Amino acid sequence: MGKQIITLTVNGEKHEVAAEPRELLVHTLRETLNLRGPHVGCETSHCGACTVDIDGKSVKSCTMFAAQADGAEITTIEGIATPDGMHVLQEMFREHHGLQCGYCTPGMITRAYRLLQENPNPTEEEVRFGIAGNLCRCTGYQNIVKAILAAAAEMNAAREAAQ
Amino acid sequence: MIPSEFEYHRPGSIAAALAVLEEHGDDARVMAGGHSLIPMMKLRMADVPHLIDLQSIDELKGISVEGGKVTIGAMTTQHELITNDALAAAAPIMREAALLIADPQVRYMGTIGGNVANGDPGNDMPGLMQCLDATFSLHGPDGTREVQARDFYEAAYMTDREDDEILTRISFAAPKGGQAYEKQKRKIGDYATAAAAVIIEKASGKVASASIAMTNLSDTPVFSEAAGSALVGSDCGSDAMSNAVSAMLGDIDPTEDNRGPVEFKKHVAGVILRRAIERAWSRA
Repeated sequence: MGKQIITLTVNGEKHEVAAEPRELLVHTLRETLNLRGPHVGCETSHCGACTVDIDGKSVKSCTMFAAQADGAEITTIEGIATPDGMHVLQEMFREHHGLQCGYCTPGMITRAYRLLQENPNPTEEEVRFGIAGNLCRCTGYQNIVKAILAAAAEMNAAREAAQ
Repeated sequence: MIPSEFEYHRPGSIAAALAVLEEHGDDARVMAGGHSLIPMMKLRMADVPHLIDLQSIDELKGISVEGGKVTIGAMTTQHELITNDALAAAAPIMREAALLIADPQVRYMGTIGGNVANGDPGNDMPGLMQCLDATFSLHGPDGTREVQARDFYEAAYMTDREDDEILTRISFAAPKGGQAYEKQKRKIGDYATAAAAVIIEKASGKVASASIAMTNLSDTPVFSEAAGSALVGSDCGSDAMSNAVSAMLGDIDPTEDNRGPVEFKKHVAGVILRRAIERAWSRA
């Protein structure tokens, strides 16, 4: 039951890492790959602070073994920003005060990123339902919802301008 | 929270998974999405020396709707159930129920097979499968057998599945009539305080047939034949509905827990069943 070698493509970069089967993905990301964006909040699959994007799905990385992700493509908050600067979602969270302490923010933004990929033009209700797996204890959610709706509008405008 | 040590297996076929199960016996356990099992392993309430991850078995995936028959591979996720339009057309109650399970992240990982096979009375799919009169396929060392969802559940976490079997597939006839899944929960991600699955067929303004199953109100899902019978032949008015609720209350056996005392749960069960009947009837 020693360590085994697994391959993870994280934020576009391929890594071979050694992990015990019982090692949770969030620990591999944080401690082996030094990506401290995915946060360990509740450790019980509830809070969503550890959310990362795995092969196009929002996943709580505290509830997946690194071995399960062998071969997968993973995006963490560190991979959401572009070389030109922050992602629109990050800009809008700043603009609309979508964070206070910031602990839930990497999970919130990573989840919102996937939500907007699947539904580029959500209603407020769809945003609230779509981030129901992410808890925030500071903001009361209002400004998070505003930030996501504003980001959707920006992204749609940019898409239209590009066409 | 780190589980105790285990060996990780990722077989590529049902046969290979069965071979690992056979080799390690009680020390091995299959895992679908892992969102019930991994938390239990982290709490060290489940000890699994050999963990068999089913994610790479293509035979366990996919949804097919053909000739009025719906077949769903055990590793189909709740997210896939929600986003499959053919399934939503054939059995809209599946999407309605799946949207009420857990939260978005959990639905990307959680599977229908895990939900029905785990035997947790809080899970939503077992009651729904009983309402739909679904059939479960089980693969074991001696081949395949089929069990009706209505015969599958024995007690909390106890089912008709043997330790050396894998639940591979679920099938049911596309239901006719109006359908509704209604669930009362304290918050997103919670199990039901009470939930009801209802399918009603209408003919000449009367109830021609009705199927009713309840969730998290006993140590197994409860298919209430008596509640369905109470509606048949009626106009689904308030008397018939009261009769159905009384019949259902005779079939459930809730226990007190942090979701409330027994009397409260019975009250909620009645409210939820009425709502589900009303909605199913309006769609019939």
